[in-house]
Amino acid sequence: MNWVAFKMLTGDKTKYFGIVFGVSFAALLMAQQSAIFCGLMRNTTSQIRDIQGGDLWVMDRNVQFVDDTKPMSENALYRVRGVEGVRWAVRLYKGMGRARLGDGNFQQVILIGVDDATLTGAPAMEQDRLVHGRLEDLRQPDAVIMDEFGWRYLWPGQAFDPNNLKTIEMNDKRARVVGLAKCNPTFQTFPILYCTYSQAVKYVPQERKTLTFILAKANDGVTPEALCDRIHSQTGFRALTDEQFFWATIGYYLKRTGIPINFGITVALGFFVGCAIAGQTFYLFTIENLKQFGSLKAMGVSNIRLMQMIMLQALVVGTIGYGIGIGGAALFGYVFERIVTNAPPAFYFPWQIMAITAVAVFVIITIAATVSMRRVLFLEPAVVFR
Amino acid sequence: MTASGPNSAVALRKLFKEFGTGDAKITALADVDLDLPYGELVLLVGPSGCGKTTLISIVAGLLDATRGEVDVLGENLTKMRGGRKVRFRGTNIGFVFQQYNLLPALTAVENACVPLLIAGWNRSKAVAKAAALLTEVGLGSRLHSYPNQLSGGQQQRVAIARSLVHEPRLLVCDEPTAALDAASGRVVMELIRKVAVQPDRAVIVVTHDSRVYDFGDRIVQMADGRIESVEIPKVNLVSSD
Repeated sequence: MNWVAFKMLTGDKTKYFGIVFGVSFAALLMAQQSAIFCGLMRNTTSQIRDIQGGDLWVMDRNVQFVDDTKPMSENALYRVRGVEGVRWAVRLYKGMGRARLGDGNFQQVILIGVDDATLTGAPAMEQDRLVHGRLEDLRQPDAVIMDEFGWRYLWPGQAFDPNNLKTIEMNDKRARVVGLAKCNPTFQTFPILYCTYSQAVKYVPQERKTLTFILAKANDGVTPEALCDRIHSQTGFRALTDEQFFWATIGYYLKRTGIPINFGITVALGFFVGCAIAGQTFYLFTIENLKQFGSLKAMGVSNIRLMQMIMLQALVVGTIGYGIGIGGAALFGYVFERIVTNAPPAFYFPWQIMAITAVAVFVIITIAATVSMRRVLFLEPAVVFR
Repeated sequence: MTASGPNSAVALRKLFKEFGTGDAKITALADVDLDLPYGELVLLVGPSGCGKTTLISIVAGLLDATRGEVDVLGENLTKMRGGRKVRFRGTNIGFVFQQYNLLPALTAVENACVPLLIAGWNRSKAVAKAAALLTEVGLGSRLHSYPNQLSGGQQQRVAIARSLVHEPRLLVCDEPTAALDAASGRVVMELIRKVAVQPDRAVIVVTHDSRVYDFGDRIVQMADGRIESVEIPKVNLVSSD
């Protein structure tokens, strides 16, 4: 009888595609909007993921997220180094700079100053993140390494030429772009500039305190979490592992911005619109087939069998609709990343989105099937004689 | 109203069927006693609203009687409930409906094999048996036509094949000629007589169509929810053949 159910479902192509469209649309909307939301949230943490090398980040106790820079005094570095269990600790500058371009235009940039001696935190060659230039080039005078998106944004269509380096000015100081690095897309979408710490503090207007973060490594046998607690208790600074800082930053954006609510509304709309379209179409499909269901009932098909048939029909449209919706969302992300090359994409499509969308689609088709089933279950088989 | 006994395919005793309650109560069947023997085609006739459809719905196990006894093919349907009744219908009763009620998404042969699929047959075997039966009813060349590609008479023949494919012992036909012209109606009735009437099977046909009265072995006349008369025509098409 499953075969009969399938034939009944696909017999009227218009209605069949209508139901599949409803489910596909819902799945597409939910998955695509969730992926953009996850992409945006993930972009807020791009610097945490890009700046590697240490086990933990030390910062002012009031810092709430990675872009919330509250400079500390230089003493902070020595205090952290003095905590038992710290193998090493280095400076990191992170702030916003204002770059003056060759054409006189100004552009906000994200400025990251890494430790002069070790270059800890800079894009590492071993991770294949340097597209042009070498990490050691940062030790040259006025040298900066820019992220690829920033380069494409500032000089669209121009290739990097090591013999003709681009120069910009920040705080009346010259900066030469000596290399390009792959960086994760940022939330602010500004170009990212890596340079040495001593160089970075010259690129911003002078402040009494400039140390924004300290990157630290734990001794063998000391867990980063335990070291964070120790640093906090002994120095009063906030110390977080990469993962803790990642979630603290996301938590801040979730709590303090309207982003999740807005995306949540769109995802919910996708769910409800999907429910409405798929539910209504499926319901109408069942109602129009009520006489057929009545005939089957009269001919000896039990209610349980009819429920199985309707559920099978719902599962078929649900699976196809889900596949099309998820495929459409993935295609959107793929095309989006390839078409929009001069702006960081905000699209992240982890398996969790697929799983959650699958659950939502299952709920949609179950609701649609249940609403339809009621009419069939309470259908008097004698209706076939009316 | 007729001779009862072990040869009765259907035996109804003191049968009442009421719909609604209080002032809205409608008595559709009142004090019906009826015996229908095997091997006969019985016509159930009478004006609209006289209770014919209610009666065959109860006989076919689609409706429960309010009071009285219903014995069909030796089983007491009054006491039969739920899944057992559904299985009883699936195994023992064939249906022919006024509007054919074919599944539009299935071809003629696929429609005809549905009762076998309900009974759990393998699809290829079910299709083969349905195809043989459709050939017997003259639709061998239209096996793979969809209902909307068939005339009314052809659709009714598919419905007859569907009603008989699982070899039920009781065939219930509701106005099988109502949607057909006179010639097609006659063809359908001839077909029912030819392929459905068997010594171990009973056929009940509800009809308004006086043109087909000749086909009945017995004519049960109803009015106002009661059996008015049961007549055995002196000459019917079987005896005249």
